[in-house]
Amino acid sequence: MVIIYAETWNKKFKKTTFEAVNYGARCSKEIGTEAIAVVFGECDSHLADLGNHGADRIIHIQGIEQFEPFSFATVLSDIAKEFNGKLIIVNGTANGKSLIGVMSSLLSSSAISNVTELPVNYEPINVHRSAFSSKGIEKCSSKSNCTILGIVPNSIGIISLEDIESIIEVRNIISKGKTIFGESQNESGNVPLPEAERVVSAGRGMKGPENWGIITELAEVLNAGTACSKPVSDIGWRPHSEHVGQTGIQINPQLYIAIGISGAIQHLAGVSRSKTIVVINNDPEAPFFKAADYGIIGDAFDVVPRLTEAIKSFQK
Amino acid sequence: MKILVCISHVPDTTSKIKFTSDGHSLDKDGVQFVINPYDEFGLTKALQLKEEHGGVVSVITFGDSDVEQTLRKALAIGADDAYRLDGVPNDGIQTSQELAFFIKENEFDLIICGQESIDYNGGIVPGALAANLNLPFINACIGLEINDNVANTVRETDGGKETASANLPIIIAGKKGLVEEKELRIPNMRGIMTARSKTLKVIELSGAKSLSESISFSAPPEKKAVKIISSENIEELVRLLNEESKVI
Repeated sequence: MVIIYAETWNKKFKKTTFEAVNYGARCSKEIGTEAIAVVFGECDSHLADLGNHGADRIIHIQGIEQFEPFSFATVLSDIAKEFNGKLIIVNGTANGKSLIGVMSSLLSSSAISNVTELPVNYEPINVHRSAFSSKGIEKCSSKSNCTILGIVPNSIGIISLEDIESIIEVRNIISKGKTIFGESQNESGNVPLPEAERVVSAGRGMKGPENWGIITELAEVLNAGTACSKPVSDIGWRPHSEHVGQTGIQINPQLYIAIGISGAIQHLAGVSRSKTIVVINNDPEAPFFKAADYGIIGDAFDVVPRLTEAIKSFQK
Repeated sequence: MKILVCISHVPDTTSKIKFTSDGHSLDKDGVQFVINPYDEFGLTKALQLKEEHGGVVSVITFGDSDVEQTLRKALAIGADDAYRLDGVPNDGIQTSQELAFFIKENEFDLIICGQESIDYNGGIVPGALAANLNLPFINACIGLEINDNVANTVRETDGGKETASANLPIIIAGKKGLVEEKELRIPNMRGIMTARSKTLKVIELSGAKSLSESISFSAPPEKKAVKIISSENIEELVRLLNEESKVI
């Protein structure tokens, strides 16, 4: 069996949850087995939507509402044991990353994180993963019967599979957590960075936090997340949760627009997996141009508002 | 309070990464090694907690004798003693088991790791260690205070944060926010001198086995040359994003 952690946020499936379910379903077809999606707590999304992405069976856990690494990892591990799990698929989100190590120890299974493709082989599981902060690709092989794969959100995509009328099973389980979680608080807009399809990011070239209006306007028309470079978060112009780069958040959107960011090697390490990179900088020597698909040499305060307008006209 | 900081010895963030011609490993030629940046935040936090509550800060890493320079640096920054698990780790499971074996023998109140190392980017060790030791675990920790044997923490979520608390001992996987960048400590001359006389103990492995192996490494595909578009012709960029890249 292939077991997938079907993550919810604010009682709804995340977009990347469908990607993880789809990934798991594709693996299960290769192995010739079934895909089981596990959902925790109250869920306002339709469970059947997971069937449309390939889940043969959905196990809906009731009685555990709030994320806690041990309670979630224990439930997922118990299901993996019950169904003789060959693969467990977890997204590389904040919650997913909290689970993968815990589960690997509970199950004595290998755990391969940062996976960017479907496995190359299934006996044993061989798979490519991103390493050295996106500066290298590692081919990794599992030596255990069960393998946990942590996949990079947005890196695989979704292919359409035959719709499945999933079997839905409800289980009541009492939580076995070790930590007491308090209130959650959202900081950065509506689009969380690790799963954003488009990201607009700016650096010290913006000259001050009061000038960020043109950045958020561009992000709004593109329905993009907003991000920033390390110096900008270090001087406190923008919150740490927007810092993308080697020691910040690693992202891989379809489109990354970098404005007034020179492109230090540490910044590139966090964004180089983006499919299309646009760099806007008034310094033609900025190293970021070498890593970009498209570049505009010009003043951000002139170029960005005109780009926002041009996209608005295009969208009409 | 006894605090253990688990440290990785990793290529400096500015390193150009190359692999050996057989593709089996990192080409270390010309590469400078440093304390993993995520662990540096944890080390500074540990030193601050020691100043506040008293106690001892120990550091540990897993590697051959080459990694001792990184442990010496941690001692120069202010750690009291250092331990090296003597061997070459193959995966996060093996590392977590060796660490767990050491921690069971030595008992700590607080164990701080980085959320991942910037070389293999595994992020497996802290959670696996917590499960192995049956201790509470906070990943992507960006805030930590200790009061009366309770850890009050803040963890990063996707686009936000969340508070959490648990009794000590606890495993923390930290990152920037645990302390700020400007609080990070660098070794001074006195620190470097006293580090020479601090204990660095080599620990024999317990024989834990890895569950995965690296087959090969390769460089990511090269980007095509950039297309420079005139700032007077923004519509052309919009056209390319739509027709060529299909991202809008």
